[in-house]
Amino acid sequence: MDDKPPLISPQKPEPAFTPSGTPPAPPIRPREGDVIHTGPELAVGEADVRSAERGEFVAGTSLWRDAWRRLLKNRLAVFGMVIVATITLGSVTGPFVIKQVTGLTPDYIPTNIAALKSLPPFTAPDGSFSWLHPMGTDNQGRDLLARVLQGGQISLMVGVIATLMSLIIGVSYGAVAGYFGGRLDSVMMRLVDVLYSLPYIIIIIVLLSMFRSQTARGQLILLFLALGSVSWLTMARIVRGQVLSLKNQEFVLAARATGVSTPRIIFRHLVPNTIGPVIVYATLTIPTIMLTEAFLSFLGFGVQPPIASWGSLTTDGIQNIAIFPWQLICPGLTMGLTLFALNFLGDGLRDALDPQMRKF
Amino acid sequence: MLRFIIRRLIITIPTILVVITITWGLIRLAPGNFYTSEKALPAAIERNIRDKYGLDRPWYEQYLKTMGQILRFDFGTSLKYEGQSVNEIIARSLPVSATVGILAYLLALIVGITVGSIAAIKQNSKWDYASMTLAMLGISIPNFVLGPILVLFFSMTLYWLPPSRWDGFPSKSVILPVITLSALYMAYIARLTRAGMLEVLRSDYIRTARSKGLSETQVVIRHALRGGLLPVVSYTGPALAFLLTGTVVVERLFVLPGLGNYFIQASLNRDEPLILGIVAFISITLLTMNLLVDIAYGYLDPRIRH
Amino acid sequence: MITRNGNLLEVRDLRTYFHTEDGTVKAVDGVTFNLRPGETLGIVGESGSGKSVTNLSIVRLIQSPPGQIVSGEVVFDGRDILRLPEAEVRRIRGRRIAMIFQDPMTSLNPFMKISRQLMEMTRLHLGYSKAQAYAHAVKMLETVGIPDAPRRVDGFPHEFSGGMRQRVMIAMALSCQPELLIADEPSSALDVTIQAQILELIKTLKQETGTSVILVTHDLGVVAGMTDDLIVMYAGKIFEQAPTRELFAVPGNPYTKGLLRSVPDPTSARGPLYQISGLPPDVAHLPPGCPFAPRCDRAEEICSKEFPPLVEVNQDHHSLCHFAKEVYAQSVARSSPSIGMRDKPELIPHPSAGKK
Repeated sequence: MDDKPPLISPQKPEPAFTPSGTPPAPPIRPREGDVIHTGPELAVGEADVRSAERGEFVAGTSLWRDAWRRLLKNRLAVFGMVIVATITLGSVTGPFVIKQVTGLTPDYIPTNIAALKSLPPFTAPDGSFSWLHPMGTDNQGRDLLARVLQGGQISLMVGVIATLMSLIIGVSYGAVAGYFGGRLDSVMMRLVDVLYSLPYIIIIIVLLSMFRSQTARGQLILLFLALGSVSWLTMARIVRGQVLSLKNQEFVLAARATGVSTPRIIFRHLVPNTIGPVIVYATLTIPTIMLTEAFLSFLGFGVQPPIASWGSLTTDGIQNIAIFPWQLICPGLTMGLTLFALNFLGDGLRDALDPQMRKF
Repeated sequence: MLRFIIRRLIITIPTILVVITITWGLIRLAPGNFYTSEKALPAAIERNIRDKYGLDRPWYEQYLKTMGQILRFDFGTSLKYEGQSVNEIIARSLPVSATVGILAYLLALIVGITVGSIAAIKQNSKWDYASMTLAMLGISIPNFVLGPILVLFFSMTLYWLPPSRWDGFPSKSVILPVITLSALYMAYIARLTRAGMLEVLRSDYIRTARSKGLSETQVVIRHALRGGLLPVVSYTGPALAFLLTGTVVVERLFVLPGLGNYFIQASLNRDEPLILGIVAFISITLLTMNLLVDIAYGYLDPRIRH
Repeated sequence: MITRNGNLLEVRDLRTYFHTEDGTVKAVDGVTFNLRPGETLGIVGESGSGKSVTNLSIVRLIQSPPGQIVSGEVVFDGRDILRLPEAEVRRIRGRRIAMIFQDPMTSLNPFMKISRQLMEMTRLHLGYSKAQAYAHAVKMLETVGIPDAPRRVDGFPHEFSGGMRQRVMIAMALSCQPELLIADEPSSALDVTIQAQILELIKTLKQETGTSVILVTHDLGVVAGMTDDLIVMYAGKIFEQAPTRELFAVPGNPYTKGLLRSVPDPTSARGPLYQISGLPPDVAHLPPGCPFAPRCDRAEEICSKEFPPLVEVNQDHHSLCHFAKEVYAQSVARSSPSIGMRDKPELIPHPSAGKK
C-alpha cells in the first residue's frame, strides 16, 4: 500500500483530553428527536435516518405530508387523481352547465319526429359538424354527454355510498373483533371466513330479482344495501389486523389506565390509527363496487329507468353496437377511464401511505 | 394434512347449507311467486298448484322438504321450461359454461404468469410499465364493454369471427367469448405474479441461490417461481367465483346456452326450482373447488402443512 | 492455484454505487485489501457502512439497477472477477467462493427439501450423479454436526431451528470445498449461545479445510478471537486496517477507538457505557470532509473541510484520519501499562450521552 505522509502535523493538542482545559469547540450534538444508539449496531431504518437528518420527521403530521409528497411523485397516481377529480366535477356540475349553455337536459327528447334520432358525435341533424352533441345522441335523440355525466352521478354515488357502508360495518366489526380478541374474535372472524366463500354475487342477483322494487328510487336503495352489505369483509380483516397490533401499544395502555371507556378507546384511540390502510382499501373498493353495479345493470338487476348509470347506459348501447357504436363506446370508455384512474390512485395511495403494504 | 382437510370440510358443508338457506329464504320472503308474474290464473288452477308445491304448508315443512330434496341432488322440475327437470337443464348447460370458463382461465394463467414474471424480472423497464398499464386497463374495462368492442372489430369490421353463436368446442365461436372472459383474470394474474415474483426475487433465499452459481434462468425456474406463484394459487379460489359471474355476462353477451344464462332467465322469471337448483349446484361446485385449491396450496407450501 | 504476490484475493479500489431517487449512494468507495490463502479477514462496521456490499461486489451479486460496480479490480486466482464473462463468474460462485448470509431463517428456500438445496451445489459444479450428491449432502450435514443427518436431510427448512439452519447453510457453502468462504454476519441473527457454536464451527472447519475466510460483522467481540487481519469500515470507506491484535491494542483511528470503547468490558469499573454520539451518516449526502467528523471527539475544523488521508502509522497498519499518527501515538502510550494506569480518563461520558 502507498505510504502517504500525513497531511497534518500530529503535534496539535487534543483539547478534549486535556485535563484542565475546556474544549474549544463543542462536538456536534444530535438534534432533537435523533435516536441515540448505544452500540455499534443501529436499530433505525435508513429512511428514518435520512428524513431525520433533513429534519422532515418533525411532528406527527409530517407523516401525512411525507405521504402526500410520495403520492405527488407517483405520476400515475397524480394522473388518476386528476381524472377522478375532473370526472367527479363534470358529473356534479356537467348537466347543469350543459343546460345553461345549450338548453339540453339529460332527458330532453327532440319533439321533431322527422329528425334523426341517433346522431354521431359532433354531428348536427343535417350531418354537418356541430359542438352540440360531443358524444352524439342516444336512440331517442337525447344528448349522450349530458346522460353520461348524469349517469356518472349515479355510478359515483353508488360507489361512494356503498363503500361508506362497507367502511362503517367493516371498521366497527374489525375493531371490535381485534380489540376484544379471544373467543369473540375467533367466532367473528370465522363468520367472515364463511361469508367470504359465499358466491355473494349470486345471492345479490336473487335478492335484487326477488325484491324488485316498483320505483327506481327503491331499486337504487336496495342496490346500496346489497352492495354495501357484502363488501365489508376485507375491510373488517384489515382493521382487525391493525387493531390487533395496536391494542397493546403504550398509548392504549395509558388510555386504559386513565379510565377511558372501552368504546372510546376503540373509536377514538384505535380506529384513527388504522386510517392509512382503511383509506387505501376504501379507494380500491369504490371501483370494485362501481363495476359490480354496472354488471348488475347489464344483467337487468341494477338501476331502473328513468334513473341511468354508466352500467345501464352501456347496456343500452350494446343493443345498437352495429349501427351506433358511440352509444356503447362513450359511456363504456368513460366508465373504464374512471375505474382505471381510481385503481391507479388507490395503488398510489397504498405506496405512499403504507410502504410495507406495497406489493405492486 | 388430513386434519387440515377435515377442518376445511367442517367449514365448507355448513357454508353450502347457508347459501341454499339464504336463497330459499329470499325466494319465500319475496312478495308474489312465479304465477303472479304470469297472467292471472283461474282460482281452481292456482289452488291445484299451491297444493302440488305445498305452498300452503307451514314454512318449516317446506324448508325441510326442499333441503331434503337438494341433499339428494333432486332439484325438481322447472316451472318455465315445462317438463324439464332442473338436473337436465344443468347437465345440458354446464358443458357450455365449463368449456368457456376453463379455457378462459387457462388462457389467463398462461398469459398472466408469463407477462407478470417477465415484468418482475425486468422491473421498471418499458416492458414492465407497458404490461402493467395494460393489466390495469384489463381490470378497469368491464367485460361487457370489451366484448361488444371485440365483436364490433373482429365480427362486424373484419368478418373473421362469428358475433354470437355457439357451435361447441372446438370452433371459431369459442374465441371471442373466451378472450372477453379471460381479459380480467389475465390482468389480475399478471399483477399478482409480478408482485409475488418481485417479493421473492428480493428475498434472501434467492440471493443464496445466486451465490451458489446458478444461472438466472435456473434461479427463476427452480427457486423463484414456486414462491412467486403462491399468490396466484390462492387467487384461484376467488377467481373461480368471479369466473362464474364473468360467464354469466359472457353468456348473455354472446347468447350462449350456458348455466349463467339459465340462471338469469330463471331469476327474471322467478322460476324457483331452477334458481334454487342452480344456486345449490354452483355453491357446491365452488366450495369444493375452493377446498381443492386449499389442499393444493398445502402441498405447494410445506410450511402450511403443519 | 495461481496467486499474485502470494495473495488469494486482491481487491483494488473497489467502488460500488447505488443510484436512488435520493441521489447516488456510494455504498463502497475505494476499498482495497488483500487476502492470503488460509487467512481470515474480519470486516467490521455499523449497518450501512458498506461491508456487505463489499462482499456482494466480490462475487458480482449486486442488483443492477440500482447498484453498479463503478470501478475497481477483484483479482481472484490471477483473474479480475469484475471483468470476467457472467458464465465464468458463475463457475466461481459457490464452487470457489461460497457465501453464508446473516439470516438463516430466510436464506434457505422454504419450498425445497434440504437435500435438494445441498445437492444442487455438487450436481452443478462437480457434476455429481443424484446418488453421489445425495450421499455427499448427508456427509456434509454430519460434518457440520447435524444430529440424525440421514433422516433430517429430507426435511424442509422450517423443520430446523435457527442454529441448525445456519449449520445447513455452512454445509451447503462448503459442499464444493471452496477456496474462500465469505460469512456475512453468520451469527448476528442467532441466540448468544448458538452464536458461539456457529463461530466455533466455522473456525474448526476453516482449520480442517484450509479455506480462507472473510468474516463480516458489526460485533467486535466476534472477530477478536477469529481473524488474522481486520478492516474497519465507515460510510463505504476503510477507516482502519491492521492485524487484529494490533488494531485492538493500538487503534489509530478515533472511530475504531469509539467502537472499542462501546464494547462492554465486564472487568472495568462501573459507569455509563460509552457510546458514539449521533447517527451513521446519510451516505447519499456526505459532507465534503471526513464522514465521521460530525460524531468525532477529535474533530477539528479541517475534518469537516478536507477529506482525510490514509496514513500508514506502521507497516500493515493504516488509518484514515487527519490525526492518525497522533491518535496512534496516544494509543501506544496508553497501552504501555506504566502510563496507562494514570492516564485513563476515558470513561468521561460524552456530552450527549446522558441526554435521552
